[in-house]
Amino acid sequence: MRRILLAALAVGSFLLGHSPSLAAEASIAAAANFTAAAQEIAARFQAQTGHKINLSFGSSGQLYAQITQGAPFDVFLSADAARPAQAENAGLAVPGTRFTYAIGKLALWSADPALIDDQGRVLRNGDFTHLAIANPAAAPYGTAAVEVMKALGVYASISPKIVQGENIIQTYQFAASGNAELGFVALSQVLEAPGGSYWRVPENLHAPILQDAVLLKAGEQNRFAAEFLAYLKSPQAISIIEKHGYALPRAK
Amino acid sequence: MWQAIWLTLQLAALTTLILVALGVPLGWWLARSRSLWVEPVAALVALPVVLPPTVLGFYLLVAMGPNGPLAPLLAPFGLRTLAFSFAGLVTGSVIYSLPFMVQPVRNAFQLIGDGPLEAAATLRAAPLDAFFSVAVPLARGGILSGAILSFAHTVGEFGVVLMIGGNIPGETRTLSLTIFDYVETMQWGAAHALSAGMLVFAFAVILITMLIARRTGTPQT
Repeated sequence: MRRILLAALAVGSFLLGHSPSLAAEASIAAAANFTAAAQEIAARFQAQTGHKINLSFGSSGQLYAQITQGAPFDVFLSADAARPAQAENAGLAVPGTRFTYAIGKLALWSADPALIDDQGRVLRNGDFTHLAIANPAAAPYGTAAVEVMKALGVYASISPKIVQGENIIQTYQFAASGNAELGFVALSQVLEAPGGSYWRVPENLHAPILQDAVLLKAGEQNRFAAEFLAYLKSPQAISIIEKHGYALPRAK
Repeated sequence: MWQAIWLTLQLAALTTLILVALGVPLGWWLARSRSLWVEPVAALVALPVVLPPTVLGFYLLVAMGPNGPLAPLLAPFGLRTLAFSFAGLVTGSVIYSLPFMVQPVRNAFQLIGDGPLEAAATLRAAPLDAFFSVAVPLARGGILSGAILSFAHTVGEFGVVLMIGGNIPGETRTLSLTIFDYVETMQWGAAHALSAGMLVFAFAVILITMLIARRTGTPQT
């Protein structure tokens, strides 16, 4: 009996040791497109404050679905403005903490250095068999990609060639492995790994990709989460965000 | 939704057919051969049981791509890649479900023992004849279990399809991917409907294989 109790105690303390709220740390759920920038910002933040940041990446839709089911995230860095607002309306986020941390830029990218010119003409030629986009229902960069093709009047002809990644990282990987000749990805990903050819999609072809951050209810009592959000607005963080190919909203 | 169900059934049926054709001779060889290669080959076949589907999916994606080893075989058909296609999913599923076919078949053949086959030989049955008229009928329980498990395993496949499929409606958007999409986009009513169906299906499959095992006396795998 004593042995069983000891074993139960050991299991219990192990589980508690993995409970995220007890340590000096914060958990961030970030849209996949922001991976490289988020890692750099988190590393800088950790070095300066000593607080640990746990990063989880996924499509905004996937992360949001997890948050509605009580995922232990303190902060949500979405790739759109709609889901953080929805979280606030649903009582999942702390009101008044929402802000735009980055404006996403879309790029049409190919691992082939000769495929894409600076006008994106390849979209009109249709000289390819597979074009990768992120799932438009769950990933804002996928929605923007569809808007661009519609604005150019090529959506109907390209549509049968579209393959979908569950998030923007998988989309990039489809194109990087060459299985799809090209794909609509985040400019941040293109800048991360030079090579291939790409077209910066003009912003008038799609609705702006406003990426909003919000403090979640789970992180309301976690001062490290609030500190991280404040740090996200600091000049250091902003320079990292801009370096990764994002724009920032003009100061009001 | 019906499109995804139909596609998944087609995928599972075709995969199972190929697996029966492939798995019965392979299971036979594994059960009867004294070659040193038996256990290494058996281990290779069993790999998908242990490997994360992401590992398998990743390697398949690379192997099927224009820079992969399969590219020269695809080029004559005018194909750049096997990913994002029904044929690609079938290929992935065959590899992924192979152990679920081979293992029960191998066990069934091993259980027959030498007796019936020696008896067939004394009656001057040619080896191939003995195989089809003695060994296969005696191992039918294992073959049937293997086929049912392979079918079910393919229906439930997610990781590999996610990694190589590209989510194309009617081509690679299977049932499990559809459920994933419903969950991601908060359409939980639809997700529930499909998931509950899968639950009933999975239970029925397991129950049926157990009943077969009981009737034919094949040990379960």
